[in-house]
Amino acid sequence: MHESNEHGHPHAEISHTERPGYYEIMETAVRELLVEKQLIGAGEIRRQIEVLDSRTPALGAKIVARAWLDPDFKARLLENGRAGCEELGISFYDDTGLIVLENTEKVHNLIVCTLCSCYPRPVLGLPPDWYKLKPYRSRAVSEPRAVLAEFGTIIPDDVEIRVSDSTSMVRYLVLPRRPEGTEGFTEEQLAALVTRDAMIGVIPANSPAAENAP
Amino acid sequence: MQHNAQEPHASLPGVVFAAGESPLFALDDSVRILQRRPIGHYRVPTYLRGKVGTVVQIITPVGIDNEEEGFGRDAGVKLHYYRIAIPMNELWPEYSGSPRDGLRIEVYETWLERV
Repeated sequence: MHESNEHGHPHAEISHTERPGYYEIMETAVRELLVEKQLIGAGEIRRQIEVLDSRTPALGAKIVARAWLDPDFKARLLENGRAGCEELGISFYDDTGLIVLENTEKVHNLIVCTLCSCYPRPVLGLPPDWYKLKPYRSRAVSEPRAVLAEFGTIIPDDVEIRVSDSTSMVRYLVLPRRPEGTEGFTEEQLAALVTRDAMIGVIPANSPAAENAP
Repeated sequence: MQHNAQEPHASLPGVVFAAGESPLFALDDSVRILQRRPIGHYRVPTYLRGKVGTVVQIITPVGIDNEEEGFGRDAGVKLHYYRIAIPMNELWPEYSGSPRDGLRIEVYETWLERV
């Protein structure tokens, strides 16, 4: 690890100089106690971090692309989201359920957790910071159309907006509408159009034209 | 654990279910989320307490009462979660979007009463 600016741009040394906060100290104390009592080991903590790091929006995009291509898979996925994902080899290490919410020309889905930061981590990884902050959490359930407009998503008045608020047992994944002009696309080509934000429901899937734009 | 929209049990004649095994509420039932104010972190957001909605899905199988469990108490028997639909108009009288817009949330059986 280089501490100087040898890689071309200057920046301050990366270091923790602030005193740890209350919860940081509590986390450290509990973790050290658990390790000391041999209830968990450092290897298990590292393993869980590896589990989390292995989950990214690429998994969700694969699920969406498969659902667009395979109507039978899509039916099973909508019937039981978790079982559909498990079919593709994605485990639910946190034992949550998954409801997959299909966007149609009549319904647009948006997901939020007003209580905290419930998120379909097994299939999307860690949530974006804005998803965990109060402005999004409070406004998504009270003025979803204004929130969507800020993401550049204008939903016509004749389209119903359904906001799903996660509690503790069930997570959600939005199945966006398949973009026009993607006939004949492979699963990989389709997956490349599906972003994290589209699976939260704040934007549609990218259109291939926009993808190719300079 | 599975979560789906199927009716939880197909009953065989003569088999009697214990209390809590079968869901108390059915699809399309009108229910009110109870207006309780316990102190502490509970899984029913306060903006929904006292509001009336419709059961749109029964979550199966039954789940543990994780509020009890969360406070270190024996949660006892498992009950159903219900996916409830509530119109935005019911939540926010001044809601300016489409009257069809709505909210969906899973609520534990102990937090619901029949309307």
